[in-house]
Amino acid sequence: MSNLKTVFNNHKAFIPFVVANDPDFDTTVQNVLALANNGADIVELGIPFSDPVADGPVIQDADLRAFAAGVTPDKIFDIVAEIRKQSDVPLIFLTYLNIVFKYGYDAFCKKCQTLGISGLVIPDMPYEERDELAPFADKYGIDLVPLVTPTSGHRIEKIAKAATGFIYVVSSLGITGTRDSFSQNLNELIADIRKYTAVPTAIGFGIHTPEQAYEMAEIADGAIIGSAIVDLVAKHGQDAPKYLGQYAKEIRTALDNQAQQAV
Amino acid sequence: MKNMVEKEKLGRYGKFGGQYIPETLMNELEIIAAEYHKLKDDPAFQKELKDLLVNYANRPSLLYYAENMTKDLGGAKIYLKREDLNHTGAHKINNVIGQALVAKHLGKKRLIAETGAGQHGVATATIAALMGLECEVFMGKEDTERQKLNVYRMELLGAKVHAVTSGSMVLKDAVNATMQEWASRVDDTFYILGSAVGPYPFPEMVHDFQSVISKEAKVQLQAQEHTLPDMVVACVGGGSNAIGTFADFIDDPSVQLVGVEAAGKGVDTNETAATIERGSIGVFHGMKSMFLQDKNGQIDKVYSISAGLDYPGVGPEHAALADAGRAQYVGITDDESVQAFEYIAKTEGIIAAVESCHAIAYVEKIAPTMSKDQIIICTLSGRGDKDVASIAKYKGVSIDE
Repeated sequence: MSNLKTVFNNHKAFIPFVVANDPDFDTTVQNVLALANNGADIVELGIPFSDPVADGPVIQDADLRAFAAGVTPDKIFDIVAEIRKQSDVPLIFLTYLNIVFKYGYDAFCKKCQTLGISGLVIPDMPYEERDELAPFADKYGIDLVPLVTPTSGHRIEKIAKAATGFIYVVSSLGITGTRDSFSQNLNELIADIRKYTAVPTAIGFGIHTPEQAYEMAEIADGAIIGSAIVDLVAKHGQDAPKYLGQYAKEIRTALDNQAQQAV
Repeated sequence: MKNMVEKEKLGRYGKFGGQYIPETLMNELEIIAAEYHKLKDDPAFQKELKDLLVNYANRPSLLYYAENMTKDLGGAKIYLKREDLNHTGAHKINNVIGQALVAKHLGKKRLIAETGAGQHGVATATIAALMGLECEVFMGKEDTERQKLNVYRMELLGAKVHAVTSGSMVLKDAVNATMQEWASRVDDTFYILGSAVGPYPFPEMVHDFQSVISKEAKVQLQAQEHTLPDMVVACVGGGSNAIGTFADFIDDPSVQLVGVEAAGKGVDTNETAATIERGSIGVFHGMKSMFLQDKNGQIDKVYSISAGLDYPGVGPEHAALADAGRAQYVGITDDESVQAFEYIAKTEGIIAAVESCHAIAYVEKIAPTMSKDQIIICTLSGRGDKDVASIAKYKGVSIDE
């Protein structure tokens, strides 16, 4: 088990996402540092997969840019090593199971431990299939962050009970991408999860404005923002770090206001 | 033999299978599996299924003795299981009728499907029309171009066809797009998966609904020859007609099972779709199985002249049958399949789908090496009208339609 859970202590967590190696090695390092230095609590790094079935067009395009710049898992480990020289911000990977499977579960988790990666989010590894990876994650102290969605229903109990780190609550059906509205029953969903676990929750999928982040932080312990940030990287390329820093500040302020409201 | 590929846990075929799918769809998969298992043993459902197969789809399909081919090749006796004579012209209808009935029992109003060559899309659009359901079909843009006739057919049947422009714009990308559509609208929508792939319970449903092919063939051959075949042969993309062709013979160890993969420009080239021969184990499209992929686990672009076999994976039961040595998988190239397309047309007067012609090409090779008292059943999975224009093009003949 990692230190992820402690990030949420008396604090609404901001969890931004970038695709590793989009648009290149150096910009990714600078993007992560800009996010970390401007209020991100955990940075989620996407390892591109050729067929990202849970992702919308914005992240798919980012994957293509990362591939064009020659991304491989080993290159991403080098990116993390570079980040680690300058920051100890908690990091998690988001990727698809085949990438981890092909690298080897033991070798991948071991590498994560060496680089100080705290957790893995794997959208195509539901509760039923986690057993094959879990022993290795446990061995190296890596959290397997599960997803709970508005369709999870009776599955919430077993997912919540097995969760460590935090729980990624999917705001709405479908794929990643910015949205203007979310599932109506997010309050109930979070309440349901809290019946079974004290592990923190963070809501993701579709959040893009500080107002939405504020709204989500009212319901959950943190907000995950992906496509909106990836969009900034697409727009600004190598100049993205500056814009990401600015954006992170706005989100941080919104979340801190929410935390104050709550007190 | 049975134990070798027996399911150890839910939806597993040896080390293959499973449910590697986003959480959004897991509850729905549980609901489908529960409903399917309830219906499977329900005589009323079986009656409903049989009624549609017989009175709508034209089953049983013929087991035809290909006398000309047999004489010409001079070896084993060749029987063709004529799935091309089914309504809509391919084996795809068998599974579509079954899954659409499951969808109807679940109260679904809308069917979605992926399609490669278009046969599965046409079958799905057909059943949607019959049952009064909405239908949307996802097809790689490249396939919409090489199978224009089927696109129009689907539209004629009232379906909406989406040309998928992501990735390599072929079958695998169509599956991605259909899964994404399903994840965003699962309440009223049923995904009719056309091949023996995907998360549990799809491979099992496809196996069961396509097993009608081998169940009929076994009885038909018994009536004509009073024996089991020595070999059954079928083409394999994802593997639906092949699993249907193998199903009832898996427990008959004397029957050799052969799946014919699309080797494209050759098994040893990078332009191939020969998954079992060239692939490695991985996790994709909801299943652990064999895939064409690079050393980092990125799924390869695949290639075949045949849009229906142009898929980088294979159903988990096939991966298990290959792993256990129960079935053999061989590759046939574009050139060989086009030659077979012409051969069966001229020899038997049958224009067969270019997918099925991969199986025919293998029969042309293997039959002469077998003795005259041996018997091969080869499944003709579909008819070839849809391929005539592209085969002409391949041969450099221009047809002004």
